[in-house]
Amino acid sequence: MTTKDATYNYAIRLGDNALILGHRLSELCSKGPILEEDLALTNVALDMIGRAQALLKYAAELEGKGHTEDDIAYRRAEINYHNHLLIEQPNGDFAHTIARQLYLSVFEYLFFTELEKSKDATLAAIASKTIKEVKYHMQHAIDWSLRLGDGTAESHKRMQKGLNDLWMYTGELFEMDVLDTYLLHQHIAVDTIALKAKWQSEIEKILREATLTLPEDTYMQTGSKKGIHTENLGHILSEMQYLQRAYPDAKW
Amino acid sequence: MATDTQLDLWEVFIQSKSGLPYIHSGSVHASDVKMAMQNARDIYTRRGEGTSIWVVPAKHISASNPDDNDMLFDPSNDKIYRHPTFYVMPEGAKNI
Amino acid sequence: MHNEHSDTHFQSRIDNGEHIEAKDYMPEGYRKHLIRQMSQHAHSEVIGMQPEGNWITRAPSLRAKQILLAKIQDEGGHGLYLYSAVETLGVSRAELIEQLQTGKAKYSSIFNYPALNWADIGAIGWLVDGAAIVNQVSLQRTSYGPYSRAMVRICKEESFHQRQGYEIMTTMMRGTKDQQAMAQDAMNRWWWPALMMFGPHDSDSPRSGDAVKWKIKRETNDELRQKFIDKTIPQAELIGLTIPDKNFKLDEKTGHYTLSPINWEEFHRVVAGHGPCNKQRLDHHIKYHQEGAWVREAAEAYKVKTAKKELVTA
Ligand SMILES: [Fe+2]
Ligand SMILES: [Fe+2]
Ligand SMILES: [Fe+2]
Repeated sequence: MTTKDATYNYAIRLGDNALILGHRLSELCSKGPILEEDLALTNVALDMIGRAQALLKYAAELEGKGHTEDDIAYRRAEINYHNHLLIEQPNGDFAHTIARQLYLSVFEYLFFTELEKSKDATLAAIASKTIKEVKYHMQHAIDWSLRLGDGTAESHKRMQKGLNDLWMYTGELFEMDVLDTYLLHQHIAVDTIALKAKWQSEIEKILREATLTLPEDTYMQTGSKKGIHTENLGHILSEMQYLQRAYPDAKW
Repeated sequence: MATDTQLDLWEVFIQSKSGLPYIHSGSVHASDVKMAMQNARDIYTRRGEGTSIWVVPAKHISASNPDDNDMLFDPSNDKIYRHPTFYVMPEGAKNI
Repeated sequence: MHNEHSDTHFQSRIDNGEHIEAKDYMPEGYRKHLIRQMSQHAHSEVIGMQPEGNWITRAPSLRAKQILLAKIQDEGGHGLYLYSAVETLGVSRAELIEQLQTGKAKYSSIFNYPALNWADIGAIGWLVDGAAIVNQVSLQRTSYGPYSRAMVRICKEESFHQRQGYEIMTTMMRGTKDQQAMAQDAMNRWWWPALMMFGPHDSDSPRSGDAVKWKIKRETNDELRQKFIDKTIPQAELIGLTIPDKNFKLDEKTGHYTLSPINWEEFHRVVAGHGPCNKQRLDHHIKYHQEGAWVREAAEAYKVKTAKKELVTA
């Protein structure tokens, strides 16, 4: 493994997280609980797709085969996607979407704050742009968690269910494999294990204020670093890749 | 249907550059001030239109009554001495 | 002394080119016309999110996906500006939504057509937004202040919508045979409905008279339609698209294009609810409106609770 290869894979992982979350959030367009919220979620989706573009472009450069970010985004097989399982989970109801946003945005805030110190200048630059966006996503998720948790009995129930249903996918956020460790030693990657306690206490604090409870410990699902996904990703990709696959010679 | 809520109406004022006045941009619906602020940001500053935002619950804004326009605004029409152009300056006077 | 609450005084203000503001006196007919026209416009922007939304997750490049998403977001924003403008006349957004969902209020029939292939996204931006902007530019000078201000903002944002649509059409016409066929297919399906967007001919448009007198509408349906036709046909020809009309020709004397008659029967059928997507569009709107009810209720409940808490701690 060279640093370049490893960084390529690292950029793909981060890029896929943004790509697939952007996909999921853009599914919500015209489905918001109120028009204003429709526009708010679209803004988050746009941030994600923009981030995906930057990261996958960087991956394409590192790969050095003359591919574009679109080739990478649209032309891989499912097993070569490495987004977290949490991200590909369906939107569910609004509470479910907010629960996913809460888990992720708090994680991303901690993650990119560290990545900003990366020795890899491109990743560090992307991270510092991302932090500004993520702060906003996190505020949005926290505010809605409070409203739903401490709103009506129904919203409380739905929010708690969203949190519980997704809990088993949160363990993966903090996994480190050989590649992560390799890049960590070179001060390129983030030590996610070190983020876990902080993340959990942040989430716990927010949930307490929202009159919600941290889900009980359970078996944590894993697989995305090896390309083993839930059944959801295949459907996302068959939709996303449709035109690129059906008309491989076309330029868009 | 009648019980449906679309949340409260807020008015949004945006300052486009520091030093410039806040100008009414439009409205948003929101249930609390944080939501109003975020919505205003998402809706009225998507193209870098602003550096600062005010949101005000619409119910707290009072507007003058157009029926009072004569009384309110006409009396200032003849106070021309409030405008600098009213005054005659000697030829050659500069920067005054 | 003039009577500020008389229709003659109102009309003289209009004739003077003044803007009317929410609290100013206005004849009931003017108010009603505004509510109908602005809410229809707002609903069109919101329902219009659906056909384009149909392609977001299948957009063929990251660039295309961002552009489309930002464009649809703008349309939602336009709906919002216009709802706010109607609210100045004392009709709440909740009431407006109810009118839409019960069929009391209409939206532009164009959105009852399906977006079937990727070139439809091009055709919608180029033709549908293109037709809309002709109307909207004219409406910036409409006599009702809040409407006029909303339209100024909308027109600023609209300026990229038509361009991105035309760019898609251009790219596809320069692309593979399949892409060219998709573009022409989209052109064939959207051309006539886009022309119908301007509404019936002036001679068959009963309300046009008042709307023009009150300067709500600044130009007539036929004038606006002709403007659109004259600027769009050369754009189509430039990239090699065929106008789906065997009889269209340029009248050298007037400089205007003439076309075959518009199929008004189709127009009236779609307005009456029998377009390909009428039911689907409304069902979608109702479904997500209803699914959002518990979220809005939660936000309200949270507001009340936190207000109480603040009282206690204050
Ligand atoms: Fe539009
Ligand atoms: Fe629009
Ligand atoms: Fe538009």
